[in-house]
Amino acid sequence: MTPKRKQRLLIVMFIVVGVSVAVGLTLFALNQNINLFYSPTQIAAGEAPQDTRIRAGGMVVDGSVKRDPDSLFVQFDITDYDKTVTVEYTGILPDLFREGQGIVAQGSINEKGVLNAVEVLAKHDENYMPPEVAEALAKAGKMPQPEGQEFNK
Amino acid sequence: MIDMVVPELGEFSLILALCLSVLLAIVPLVGASRGNVLWMNFARPLSKGMFLFTLFSFICLSWSFLYNDFSVAYVASNSNSALPWYYRMSAVWGGHEGSLLLWALILAAWTLAVAVKSRNLPQDIISRVLAVMGWISVGFYLFILFTSSPFERHLPAFPQEGADLNPLLQDFGLIVHPPMLYMGYVGFAVSFAFAIAALLSGRLDAAWARWSRPWTSVAWAFLTLGIALGSWWAYYELGWGGWWFWDPVENASLMPWLVGTALIHSLAVTEKRGVFKSWTVLLAIFAFSLSLLGTFLVRSGVLTSVHAFASDPERGLFILVMLAIVIGGSLLLYALRAGQMRSESSFGLLSRESLLLVNNVLLVVSCAMVLLGTIYPLIVDALGMGKLSVGPPYFNALFVPLGAILVVFMGIGVISRWKQMQLSMLVQQLWLPGVVALVLGVGSTWLFAAELKPWVTLGLVLAWWVVLSGLRDLYNRLRHRREKLAGLLKQTRSYYGMVLAHLGVAVLVVGVALVSIYSEQRDLRMQPGDSISFRDYTFIYDGNRHVEGPNYTSDQGQIRVLLNGEPYTEMHPEKRLYTARGNVMTEAAIDPGFTRDLYVALGEPLENGAWAVRVQYKPYVRWLWLGGLLMTFGGLLAASDPRYRKRRAMAAA
Repeated sequence: MTPKRKQRLLIVMFIVVGVSVAVGLTLFALNQNINLFYSPTQIAAGEAPQDTRIRAGGMVVDGSVKRDPDSLFVQFDITDYDKTVTVEYTGILPDLFREGQGIVAQGSINEKGVLNAVEVLAKHDENYMPPEVAEALAKAGKMPQPEGQEFNK
Repeated sequence: MIDMVVPELGEFSLILALCLSVLLAIVPLVGASRGNVLWMNFARPLSKGMFLFTLFSFICLSWSFLYNDFSVAYVASNSNSALPWYYRMSAVWGGHEGSLLLWALILAAWTLAVAVKSRNLPQDIISRVLAVMGWISVGFYLFILFTSSPFERHLPAFPQEGADLNPLLQDFGLIVHPPMLYMGYVGFAVSFAFAIAALLSGRLDAAWARWSRPWTSVAWAFLTLGIALGSWWAYYELGWGGWWFWDPVENASLMPWLVGTALIHSLAVTEKRGVFKSWTVLLAIFAFSLSLLGTFLVRSGVLTSVHAFASDPERGLFILVMLAIVIGGSLLLYALRAGQMRSESSFGLLSRESLLLVNNVLLVVSCAMVLLGTIYPLIVDALGMGKLSVGPPYFNALFVPLGAILVVFMGIGVISRWKQMQLSMLVQQLWLPGVVALVLGVGSTWLFAAELKPWVTLGLVLAWWVVLSGLRDLYNRLRHRREKLAGLLKQTRSYYGMVLAHLGVAVLVVGVALVSIYSEQRDLRMQPGDSISFRDYTFIYDGNRHVEGPNYTSDQGQIRVLLNGEPYTEMHPEKRLYTARGNVMTEAAIDPGFTRDLYVALGEPLENGAWAVRVQYKPYVRWLWLGGLLMTFGGLLAASDPRYRKRRAMAAA
């Protein structure tokens, strides 16, 4: 091997090692920060890990929203029309949060199977449903039929 | 009677624009390859015609909005007769179909601008550039006409009233944010077209880089402005005071920005030194491809995001195919032609060239990292491995260190010389700015908060570093001039553009560091008479008042603010109910300031007349957008350098 080739090989090896380290670190960071999505059925079946940040979504059950009179604590149930999961949250709920609306909550499951949410997301389009929620509902065979576009509301 | 058929006229006009774009895509290109001047000469008139017909089509749609023609399905679902006229106008791009038409109009406008503003470019180059613009236009016209025509009618039974514009979008921010952002996205189509034209003609030289540079700078400036406006809009309109969420759609606009930033630096090297040619071309291809990818991510609804439209998969598929053609085709062309590119000079290990290469590598790596985080959920989902989302900590953990390194190199790069320089010289010039930046950075952090938090200190030191190394560069430029003031005026607009843009980065860094670490927020339950104090401010809640707007009713909170016990101001956050759709909207009240914003938003009504209220103190939040504005002006100033016009005139003579 000529010295020039040797030098080139060295450079190539440096690049390969550098890139692998970078990719490895990136994937590590990625794996530390992904939030898996679970449907209420999966959570009820105990598939969701405890005390790990997850996302859960479903429709807010009618009549399940209970507020604490003295603070911003709120409790409600979400469902995929098969199983329901209770969500607890302290803070301000998004504008489009209401009963019967599809939402996504981020938080962790505690030992009682309750989701302690740190963030509740509802989208700013009443016809819109988070894709995860739509799929979970479709899996449970409970996808509500869209009413079609309505005018003159 | 003619007004009955305005939407049809719009549609026909768009079809005519499509026909012209097909001609534009073919005729000048054939002319250029055969050396047929007559055919090449078709490029300019065809571009003008394409623009005029698209403009007419856009005016037709605007007309339907202005006169509330609810027989047009798109108007019916995005407007309402109670909507003020200016929101009816901006509602034209408030939904999917109309915003694509706006996209097509802006693409046609850029094409027109290239056709008009490039009198002195060689005929074959300009015909190829315009032809490539024609190809892109064909794609978008087909997309609009086949999957998302805004002119479709609801006949015969059309609604008497429209469903109203999404209240979030009834806002000044929406009037300006999408057009600016699209100007940026589409502007990279011009850089792309120049790159492809150069590959086709095999003439990749410094002249090519010089032609492409001002266009790229302008596109970059608009994209910067668009992103800054989007961030500002999200801040005051979404009601929770955030300015960047690492939302997939924000990432979609950040990725072309990062690559575009790399591109404007790489173009500088190609123009001045004739190196990095193939890299520059590749960046131009990627900047535009990422713009298209952004469109795909937004329009296909594959990702959960605040921008998600209820959309159908056919559209996503169309853009995906278009994306594949653009990336695949241009990379194929690149692979065929890149071998012919030759560097015109060489450079040493320590030189401005290699420092700019570091800048490019860092920017591209940041972009790759954002891309990975954005599409990782899609890949995992496609493989059937479950649904997941990537949280902001991932992006922060990787983006912040990369950004910090980038800013360090920014200071060194400004000082460095082309071709070759000595390390000792670099050290000799930079040790003083470095030490002073460290002292001032630590000092200003201490002055601000009487404590040294690592990230804030780092941010302020870096900001001072950028400013001081820039000053050192200016000193170098003026050192040997006797007339300092005249020397200042002698510096080029390109130079001042660079200074402004870099200053913008420093200002942005200050804003990011301070607002991220020192923001304060209280979410609390407030009854009339309740108050809360923090910092030097006391917020007293005096209950709500009922207010009637043009198309909404509102609960308006009455909040008195005291500064150190003295009356300071009143704030009126609102909770609006938009009657047409029954949407509830939070309208935050903001008391803006150069060094801090007070931000109050109403949550929801609770029992006994109490409300959930969110009160925030946001130090230096305005600096984020001030930085964006400085970068925008920097880009525009650099693009306006008379040098680009002068050299062209010389080339023509």
